[in-house]
Amino acid sequence: MAFPADFKYTKEHEWVKIDGDSATIGITDHAQESLGDIVFVELPKIGAEVSAHKSFGTVESVKAVSDVYAPISGTVTAVNDELTNAPEKINSDAHGSWMIKIKVKDAGEASSLMSAADYEKYVAEEK
Amino acid sequence: MSEKKNFNANIKKVSKHISQNEGLIFERSSKGKAGYRLAPLDVPEVDAAKLLGGSLREDLGNMPEVSEFEIIRHFTRLSTWNYAIDLGMYPLGSCTMKYNARVNEVVVRMDGLANAHPYLPEKVAQGALRVMKDLSDGLLDITGMDAITLQPAAGAHGEMTGMMLVRAYFDDKKENRRKVLIPDSAHGTNPATAAMCGYEVENLKSNAKGMVDIAALDAQMNDNVAALMLTNPNTLGVFEEEIHKIADLMHAKGGMLYMDGANMNALVGKARPGDFGVDVMHLNLHKTFSTPHGGGGPGSGPVAIKKHLEPFLPSPVIVKKGDALAFDYERPKSIGRVKAYYGNFGMHVRALAYIMANGPDGLRQTTEDAVMNANYIRKKLEDVYELPFKSPSMHEVILSHRLQAVNGVKTGDIAKRLIDYGFHPYTTAFPLTVADHGAIMIEPTESEPKEELDLFIDAMRNIAREAQEDPDIILNAPHNARVERMDEVTANRKPVLRWKPNP
Repeated sequence: MAFPADFKYTKEHEWVKIDGDSATIGITDHAQESLGDIVFVELPKIGAEVSAHKSFGTVESVKAVSDVYAPISGTVTAVNDELTNAPEKINSDAHGSWMIKIKVKDAGEASSLMSAADYEKYVAEEK
Repeated sequence: MSEKKNFNANIKKVSKHISQNEGLIFERSSKGKAGYRLAPLDVPEVDAAKLLGGSLREDLGNMPEVSEFEIIRHFTRLSTWNYAIDLGMYPLGSCTMKYNARVNEVVVRMDGLANAHPYLPEKVAQGALRVMKDLSDGLLDITGMDAITLQPAAGAHGEMTGMMLVRAYFDDKKENRRKVLIPDSAHGTNPATAAMCGYEVENLKSNAKGMVDIAALDAQMNDNVAALMLTNPNTLGVFEEEIHKIADLMHAKGGMLYMDGANMNALVGKARPGDFGVDVMHLNLHKTFSTPHGGGGPGSGPVAIKKHLEPFLPSPVIVKKGDALAFDYERPKSIGRVKAYYGNFGMHVRALAYIMANGPDGLRQTTEDAVMNANYIRKKLEDVYELPFKSPSMHEVILSHRLQAVNGVKTGDIAKRLIDYGFHPYTTAFPLTVADHGAIMIEPTESEPKEELDLFIDAMRNIAREAQEDPDIILNAPHNARVERMDEVTANRKPVLRWKPNP
């Protein structure tokens, strides 16, 4: 399982890549693996506000429906509509399948997120 | 010549049976065919278009045109594909698939009950009112609660009604409590109910015995919590030993204890929720009180409460007026109706028939037999399937697939193989507190004779052996069903939700 070092991670298994005041968000490889075959993704619209630790969308697998939480707060600037028609892309490449991009409201919030090393340890402990 | 695998060597309950293919009724249709012939009109013809104007619909769309015999064959053929409680055991845990006694059906078809109209004046509906009053009294006796509404039409509807009562109570007292605590083993409907009633849901972790962790509850309970929604026995089939402490803790901090009555089948005649501190609870007449279930429904989910919630009960409430029974609509604090008329009256009749046919001793025996049957299965299977929680089982037993998963066989695979053995699957992957979504949840109910239980045990033991010797048999099951293993992923990703005519 890969843990890209340029990502930050949440306890709810989302990754976020922060680039200046823009952040790209998706779910981790570990998340897709525990969910199983993903069959449906529901994402917010461009312009929607997302707040840290609050749900911004859902992923549905054959096993369960799960909320996806925003790692940090901001305004949605882009949505990966491709996932709506091909949710299986998340299973084949979770780290390449971004869900939303946001304009970050408070970059300070990122300091509470996990590094790749911390997240790898967290996943190992969870098992 | 290729060697053909024998999938059926150990199967005792069922054998191969010719079953008729049948298409959709729309595909059977041919233009102009009808199942009736009308006599010539002997009254003046009326021009419907003149009467109805633009509201007249002449094109009925795609209505199937078939003969009466074809209709009968269509539905009879489909019915032979079905598995039903009248064919064999239905071990779905948490569902309480017990025998739907024929005496219930006899009683509910009595003329005065079957043909009673909800708009009958109270004066001539005394019999129907009496059925509802007697059922109410019986259920209050069984639960130890103070008052009840029979209106809710199902378990989840009962939950919703119950939590609306909780909310109405706190609103009335002007107490603004925002949260509801729900154990991690709960039915999914509990958090959904709390959320629908405007509460924030907070998860409560279970301890190693699969019960509420008292220390965690103490830490999470405060004056922002309206209620704890608890199932007892819980979804692991385990009785919450410290239920009194749980109730006291909730009450000491001003909260309420809601009990999901899904597992009441383990308590009737033995313990009363009203006595162990429950403030509000729902019952499932279609589980505990033997009314038809699933497709045979509808359900019925009465809500029983303690005195302090009575002013808020859905209106109308049945009251005594002199010697007669009447509906009381003058209830200013009521949350209002939750169902048209008075609930699913047909189920009230059946449940009352069940209670009266069994009597207090019979009901107690029912509970004992339900617990005995579950424990018989547990004893006979615990050496081949892991028992994730060792606490004593009540009316259902939860095993896990841990021993089979080493060979790649999961709970869902075992369930599908069980179909080959002639049984409906048990409940898979629930409760979620069993590791790896590996739960095998079995509830035999009191209705099953030992012979059927033994066939089930034999099937489960054979499958455990197959998991070691030849996991592929299980992983590709079912082999004997009309349709083989479904492609769940494609079905979910590209669902076909309705039939469309060929262009």
